Amino acid sequence: MSELKLLVVDDEPGIRSGAERVLKNYSVGYPFMDEDFTFKILQASTGEEAIKIIESTKVDIMLLDNKLPGIDGIEVLEYINSKEYDIAVMMITAYASLDLAIRATNYGAYNFVPKPFKPDELKTSVENITKNLYLKRMTRKMKEEGEKDRFQFLSILSHELKSPINAIEGYLRMMKDKQVGDTIDDYMEMIERSMERIKGMRTLISDLLDLTRIESGRKKRDLRKLDISEIAKSVIDSFEPVAAQKDVKISLDADEDMYMTADKNELEIIINNLVSNAVKYNKESGRVFVNLEKNEKEITITVRDTGIGMSSDEAELLFQDFVRIKNIKTQSVPGSGLGLSIAKKMTDLYEGTIEVESKPDEGSTFTVKFPL
Amino acid sequence: MKTNDKKTIFLVDDDVDYIFQMKTMLEKMGFEVVTASGQKEAEEMLDKVDPDLAILDLMMENKDSGFILSHRIKRLYPDVPIIVATAVTAETGMMFSLENESDKKWIKADVYLEKGLRPDQLQREINKLLKL
Repeated sequence: MSELKLLVVDDEPGIRSGAERVLKNYSVGYPFMDEDFTFKILQASTGEEAIKIIESTKVDIMLLDNKLPGIDGIEVLEYINSKEYDIAVMMITAYASLDLAIRATNYGAYNFVPKPFKPDELKTSVENITKNLYLKRMTRKMKEEGEKDRFQFLSILSHELKSPINAIEGYLRMMKDKQVGDTIDDYMEMIERSMERIKGMRTLISDLLDLTRIESGRKKRDLRKLDISEIAKSVIDSFEPVAAQKDVKISLDADEDMYMTADKNELEIIINNLVSNAVKYNKESGRVFVNLEKNEKEITITVRDTGIGMSSDEAELLFQDFVRIKNIKTQSVPGSGLGLSIAKKMTDLYEGTIEVESKPDEGSTFTVKFPL
Repeated sequence: MKTNDKKTIFLVDDDVDYIFQMKTMLEKMGFEVVTASGQKEAEEMLDKVDPDLAILDLMMENKDSGFILSHRIKRLYPDVPIIVATAVTAETGMMFSLENESDKKWIKADVYLEKGLRPDQLQREINKLLKL
């Protein structure tokens, strides 16, 4: 139960006590709301009194009469509007003119209830205004949270982009000052490292492009019937040279007829990210097993490696943006921290799932399932 | 007991290149440099290093790793000056200076520096902190 404060502003005591009687034990529920709303009724007999209450108490809903002894209801509404109080206002009045209705609506009144009203009419109006208030507040909250996420994303992104620039700048400065010797050969390792960092940055940028493409949804998806084993095969082929450097063997085991309707580019990115990780985070002479299975219900892609693995705490964070497992074993492995988050977002496009099982020092298994 | 009168700097950063560059620079300035590549590794080394000064990266395993570490270091070695260095900047609105009173209370670092300092700037900051 959550309680909303509802202020009744009317100079007729009968209206105030009547509203209190009707709403005291009333509650409003909504199918997707966690809890019902009940009402705590506050009363004011003049506009001046109402403003005093608003300033000291957080009022959620206001039933506001227009004809009041001192300032008018509409002036109270104007005041609420100018101070940007988050109050849903319902005008109650016996003499509603069109002019008043327009002015009240302009100042953000939710609706009008003519006086006198029956208990059920009041309940219905309060129900509507409560739902409206709830939706408005939820929308605002979601927007604020979205902005916070975006801000966090941008700060990490700026960090990830600046780190390689700093590193490269540092090496260039060491070369300029001839800090470790007079010939170019003395700086070979620094040049290699700089190129490595540039490569990392390029990966980051292309991952970012993949990500914005998913999130803006603007990229035209080219859905057609595809043989996944063919895609997996070409991805694996492209990784052979890198794998060979570490003496890692990649094998593919696929069922017959691995057809599904998909965008080729998207599937390539998913499989590419999984195989790339399986190679990168593997040990010398490790193995990578790619399995494709199909039954009536779904297609399952499994990529298993015999690599360094990770703890369950680490695995839990894995599919978020910019999450990289940082420890001694991973520190020399380049990556943007976006690959798996992209794979997850792409899998989501197919209403699929992606999961990881892992044991430190034994390896990890990533499983992607696409419903058919 | 220290074997020589060289001052020891504890350098913690998850960027291998930054570690290499800083180490080279600091050793040239005549310091002994002990490095760690992350918050966790640094924490494990803490009771053994006994540094004269620490230079910590801010974002490592956690977004505030540098602050957490500096807190731990100050608890063990209250007199060791700490520099928190990071590439995070004002552009994103994420600015941690130690001007603010409430920040000062829990952020135990002595100086907050932007990464990519010139060697002479860095040396000046270090000398100031070590009163050299």
